[in-house]
Amino acid sequence: MSAHSAAPPAGSARARPPALAAGPLVRMAEGTLAMAQAELRKLRHDHLDIVTRSVQPLLWLFIFGTALRNNKALSLGTGDYRAYLAPGVMAQAAMFIAIFYGLSVIWERDVGQLQRLLATPLSRSSIVLGKAAGACTRALVQALLLLVVLAAAGIGVRWSVAGVLGTLVLLVLGTASFACMSMLLASVVKERERFMGIGQLIMMPLFFASSALYPLALMPAWLHVIARINPLTYEVQGLRQMLVGVGGSGEVWLDFLVVAGFFAAMLAAATRSYPKAIL
Amino acid sequence: MSDAPPTVLVDDLVVRFGELEAVGGVSFAVARGEVFGLLGPNGAGKTTTIRVLTTLLPPSDGRALVAGYDVRAEPLSVRASIGYIPQAISVDGALTASENLDFYGRVTGVPRRERRERVDEVVATMGLEPMLDRLARTLSGGMLRRLEIATALLNRPEVLFLDEPTVGLDPTARRLVWDRLEALREQAGTTILVTTHLMEEAERYCDRLGVIDAGRLVEQGEPAELIERHEADSLEEVFTAVTGHILGAGGNEEEQQEGKLSDVRAQRRTARRLG
Repeated sequence: MSAHSAAPPAGSARARPPALAAGPLVRMAEGTLAMAQAELRKLRHDHLDIVTRSVQPLLWLFIFGTALRNNKALSLGTGDYRAYLAPGVMAQAAMFIAIFYGLSVIWERDVGQLQRLLATPLSRSSIVLGKAAGACTRALVQALLLLVVLAAAGIGVRWSVAGVLGTLVLLVLGTASFACMSMLLASVVKERERFMGIGQLIMMPLFFASSALYPLALMPAWLHVIARINPLTYEVQGLRQMLVGVGGSGEVWLDFLVVAGFFAAMLAAATRSYPKAIL
Repeated sequence: MSDAPPTVLVDDLVVRFGELEAVGGVSFAVARGEVFGLLGPNGAGKTTTIRVLTTLLPPSDGRALVAGYDVRAEPLSVRASIGYIPQAISVDGALTASENLDFYGRVTGVPRRERRERVDEVVATMGLEPMLDRLARTLSGGMLRRLEIATALLNRPEVLFLDEPTVGLDPTARRLVWDRLEALREQAGTTILVTTHLMEEAERYCDRLGVIDAGRLVEQGEPAELIERHEADSLEEVFTAVTGHILGAGGNEEEQQEGKLSDVRAQRRTARRLG
């Protein structure tokens, strides 16, 4: 049979398939929600996962934090270093989830899930957003657990609805940014073992060169400069300002703006690089 | 074949990775409701061809239409018209069978009001009722493949692409998967394009075959027709006659490396997951 003889014209005028009846934004929202819900369902099937992931932030808070509890220089007027530390630990735990989310992208490529997703009508940006939403879901569950522990331990958080909601929104933005960065990395690195090493290499400097553990004012000049261009610094500053009322520049909008800008840049870069992950 | 336009049309398709030509001028057409098999060894270019047809890879040259849409110009419409099962197991083992179905219904654009009905439909077609509440990672290999195929049918695809669907399955599970695919073709008229390196499956279940070797389609036709044309006793002999070597020894050198490394690793991983 000649393939040429039966060929319809290129770019034929066929109607769009029914699966594209909804607009692109509706499809994007549906896909993102589906991926976030899938993560929640996985957590429901594996309670132990969230418990084990919560151990590390609690160790930071109750061992590291307790050891330096009465250090006035570190606690910046909160009177309890644990209160100062809590937003930093929350952001660090979320970043940990987000950075290593790229590992799941590599795994999904290896087992065929990524190819399946890329062959659905979801746009590339929907897939990246959906994956980021999955990381945010895990980070949110972990953050809520941490907030419950802070309340139970009587650690000096300024509880307000706006403060907690603002904290969760900023945490989602930050986690989504680092998840996109991780996907960008995964599309380049491609091997799980190598990704683990590079993930650590990125995460540790981001954490230690930020205001997660100590005030920027205590840093030497060169580290202060690095911390100032580190998006985690702005995320932690915003969280700290909203949760304990100290530690930031007082301009929470600026922290939101920097983290949102970082998210937009990482989303664009990850969307562009993501299809390369399957090659 | 009828005069109706083919559901899949591949016209002088070329795919290059740098200097390597993985697919070199492949042409074939698949009619609506047909089961078309791409037969060839690891690294022959079967998976690369499927990746182009599912819009995962852009063609370097030539043209490919799926369900009437050009893979290069209208990739979104292609993706909305197909179901695709890659060689490796693609359902999420940490979700139940039912949750996997819900997930793929949502990401393939099945309208919310129709989702329940579609899920019930594919569950019945693939015989999944007893396993809906089980985590996918606890299912047997045959059950997993049937679940995967079910997830790919939710959007009622015009074309179903299956890349080595029975790799890693025992003979009973293989037969069950193929029985369900045959029923699907008869009930819904779904066009099926499948890659395989198993001669017996190709002969028994495919209406027509394309023999692909070293990135080139070297022969195509109905299994019986091919055997008769080459005065052979089996498809294996046909393969040897048209390629000059036995199945498993083909492909160009770099493609063979690909077959030896990533493809074989993927096959082994799949086989391990299928138990």
